[in-house]
Amino acid sequence: MTNHWIDLKNSDSIFIIGCNPAENHPISFKWIEEAMDSGGKLIVVDPRYTRSASKADMYAQVRPGTDIAFLGGMINYALQNNQIHEEYVREYTNATFLVGETYDFKDGMFCSFDDQEKTYDLKSWAYESGTDGNPKRDLSMKNPRSVYQLLKKHYSRYDVDMVCSITGTKKEDYLKVAKNFCATGRPDKAGTILYAMGITQSTHGTQNVRAVAMLQMLLGNIGIAGGGVNALRGESNVQGSSDYGLLFHLLPGYLKSPEFDNTDLKAYVEKWTPKTKDSKSANWLGNTPKYITSMLKAWYGDNATAANDFCYSYLPKRMGNYAYGKIMEKMGKGELEGLVCMGMNPAVGGPDSGNARTALGKLKWLVTVDLWETETSIFWKRPGVNPKDIQTEVFMLPAASSVEKEGSISNSGRWAQWRYKAVEPVGKSMSDLWIIDQFYKRMKNLYTKDKGVFPEPITKLSWNYGNGHEPDVHLVAKEINGSFTKDMTIIDKDKTLEFKAGDPVPMFKHLQADGSTSCGCWIYSGSYTKEGNQMARRDDSDPTGLGMFPKWSWCWPVNRRIIYNRASVNPAGEPFNPKRIVIAWDATEKKWKGDIPDGPWPPMKDDKEGKYPFIMLPEGHARLYALDMKDGPFPEHYEPVESPARNLMSKVQNSPAVKIPKNVSSDLAKFPFIGTTYRMTEHWQTGGMTRSLPWLNELVPDMFVEMSDTLARLKGIKKGDKVRVTTERGTIEAVALITSRLKPFNVEGKMIEQIGMPWHFGYAGLSTGDSANLLTPTVGCINTGIPEFKAFLCNLEKGGNKA
Amino acid sequence: MGMSRRQFLQGGALTAAGIALSGTPSEANADAPVTRIKGLKASTTICPYCAVGCGLLVHTKDGKIVNIEGDPKHPINQGALCSKGSSLYQVAVNDRRLQKIMYRAPGSDTFVEKNWDWAMDRIALRMKETRDKTFKATELNKKDNKEYVVNRTDGMAFFGGAGLDNEECYLWSKFARAMGVGQLEHQARL
Repeated sequence: MTNHWIDLKNSDSIFIIGCNPAENHPISFKWIEEAMDSGGKLIVVDPRYTRSASKADMYAQVRPGTDIAFLGGMINYALQNNQIHEEYVREYTNATFLVGETYDFKDGMFCSFDDQEKTYDLKSWAYESGTDGNPKRDLSMKNPRSVYQLLKKHYSRYDVDMVCSITGTKKEDYLKVAKNFCATGRPDKAGTILYAMGITQSTHGTQNVRAVAMLQMLLGNIGIAGGGVNALRGESNVQGSSDYGLLFHLLPGYLKSPEFDNTDLKAYVEKWTPKTKDSKSANWLGNTPKYITSMLKAWYGDNATAANDFCYSYLPKRMGNYAYGKIMEKMGKGELEGLVCMGMNPAVGGPDSGNARTALGKLKWLVTVDLWETETSIFWKRPGVNPKDIQTEVFMLPAASSVEKEGSISNSGRWAQWRYKAVEPVGKSMSDLWIIDQFYKRMKNLYTKDKGVFPEPITKLSWNYGNGHEPDVHLVAKEINGSFTKDMTIIDKDKTLEFKAGDPVPMFKHLQADGSTSCGCWIYSGSYTKEGNQMARRDDSDPTGLGMFPKWSWCWPVNRRIIYNRASVNPAGEPFNPKRIVIAWDATEKKWKGDIPDGPWPPMKDDKEGKYPFIMLPEGHARLYALDMKDGPFPEHYEPVESPARNLMSKVQNSPAVKIPKNVSSDLAKFPFIGTTYRMTEHWQTGGMTRSLPWLNELVPDMFVEMSDTLARLKGIKKGDKVRVTTERGTIEAVALITSRLKPFNVEGKMIEQIGMPWHFGYAGLSTGDSANLLTPTVGCINTGIPEFKAFLCNLEKGGNKA
Repeated sequence: MGMSRRQFLQGGALTAAGIALSGTPSEANADAPVTRIKGLKASTTICPYCAVGCGLLVHTKDGKIVNIEGDPKHPINQGALCSKGSSLYQVAVNDRRLQKIMYRAPGSDTFVEKNWDWAMDRIALRMKETRDKTFKATELNKKDNKEYVVNRTDGMAFFGGAGLDNEECYLWSKFARAMGVGQLEHQARL
């Protein structure tokens, strides 16, 4: 989230698309309702009439996978009806930038597509550069090659009638939503967009997110209280696990993991440090050399020196893509020997989980670390297989629960909050921290004693977390925060700061690229300082009244509660909305007041030191036109890979950069219904943490399939009947739940039914049921690999598997 | 306003657990808060389910958890919890929790109990064997036909982390990369 949960109360219009917070983030509704009590409106756009929809002022039905059409129509509506926040768009977005002559869009395709490789040449979408090396701009935004005009042209095709014929939305519902939300384009109004997997789990998921962000840019809704682009994260620490780089392409702090041709630290830094020639651009990621060097110092300590490139050669280098789906594919081919699952359950949680279960049987060894027996840990004795046929060696390790250990987790609003150990772990279970520590210590012993291939990355790793039985979590937290490796004097404007070797780094601003600082994860620098553990703070004062609670826990970066907050003020530093001041420039004291600003510089207007607000991009301006998306600079509507409709927007049916696997089918004779998956309040994820809890099982005991009254009548199904759902990947059995919450969609005049189901069930635990992911396709977003769980085709039949 | 079966059950479950249904302890209910928690130790925690980050109080007596409820001082949830958060007590106190280290040999139809030392040593051996066998010092790039140093262990993958603490995620990341694991992935990809 750019903003945070309590900030929802500051919104005039809350637009929920692709998430269902009343169901999946229930307590967030406290703040949504507070906004509504103050006159804010709630909009819900969803294929289903959800618990969130039942509370909404406006509900619009949308067919799964057509979000770009819906949002593109709103972009068009805002532009055509002059609803945009013009000063914001002109000053803070790249609307004024000119695009090079090669860029073109025709018949559903952007220019420079390689039909063989199924890739675009991203270079052909570059800005047009001036003689000073900066992109050319036209502040009048009238130049036909300006982003503004290209955007306007691109989305002129997304008129209300076209959009509604794609999305199946009723025109009057659509217009109500567009009118209400686009009214937040005024400087004194705030609109927020909340989304989750309904947006991301799509073959054009990243472009869905971009469409959300672009609408917010046009309306001037990013950086302000009650605004923002807010991804509602679904797991207690999925924010933190992403922050710490548990993805193949990342290192901690969203630094990129090195690629094969980043042959040394210099080449790495050259590749991943963005550059600008514009002195008004802060280009924050220009600090990449400081962050990667400090991380290497945290990892390799005194062994990391300038002379040995700070042990950069010890890091593995990637060649290609190792996203989850690719790894499972490789496992299925028997090309993987071992797998360790830390609280992850691929036998239920990933797409096409039938194939995932088979793939697990091709491993030589499997380690699961969890609180419970999961479908993954007992895959070798799952229904329908003979354990004798499965040669995988399985270690099932018991992990401590969250109240049996100490440490921090980061919520969706980036608040890192400290948890305490209330009791000892049950039985022989141990914390994940202890388990990882043991993995490491035993590997180090083996490589010290028995040698082996390239032992140095392991034997030289700095790993000093005390001498206790359990690693000292505070020492880990301090390593993450960072410290000085030698005595330092830093001149910071008019102040001279003295630090001793070993002192904690106060914030990432002081990190260095020469090895004089170490820092495990730069975005968390400032979380554990000389003043102590900032994440454990419990001061509930709220000086602004906006709900920022600056002394409650700690939030990255640098305790900034609303990021991009320099965009909440005009170029002179005056708040756009004087009633909800996030930051304001005090000209006499020459400093910002309010939230921690996105950098200390004076307002943008200041000729000498002013900076643009979007500090994470080299051009300093938010991108209405993207330069680095693999599937186009503007989001364009394509159908989901399995769809009952032809693409009405162009002749190009699916996102052209997406490679389509064999086991998908849009044969409506076989699979006439739209299937979608979702979560519910009473269960969670693959069910490990809920299906063994009697209280929750009593609330929702069975796997079910939701369907409309009309579909139930058509199939002769009654409430509580067993039914079968089939896709090209598999068949599941479940209990029929007939509801008016689901309605068919109008697809080119034909009514197409939808079927909804939770994905929380499996064969382990106290209550069991078939897994919805046996049905879902492996195809995913070209930019992220996130699978298209939300829109696939299926059939429904009366009677269970044994019928 | 009518009450659905679901809401009814939810309320029942909450009351059964002795959890404050609303607001601060002083407004809670007939369970007089002071006597209810008398003699108990309290510590704070954050909910392990969704990412709203609600605060909870964990009450213990003689090293055992006797009650978990919403933290009324927490600015986000102000004491309130959803049905999952309200059930955290049953995560902590549940006879289905794994309490032992279990091992299943290849082809076997059953788990057998082992101790930590045995399991950890054997896992370390497996990891080392796989790393030594599948370590790729260099790899050919087909586009320019050149060999590049990659120092990568291709025979194993590490999954997970969204349920771990930050400090655990950090060490997991550090350990994985030191092992040369490129195939490090978790729930955020799904």
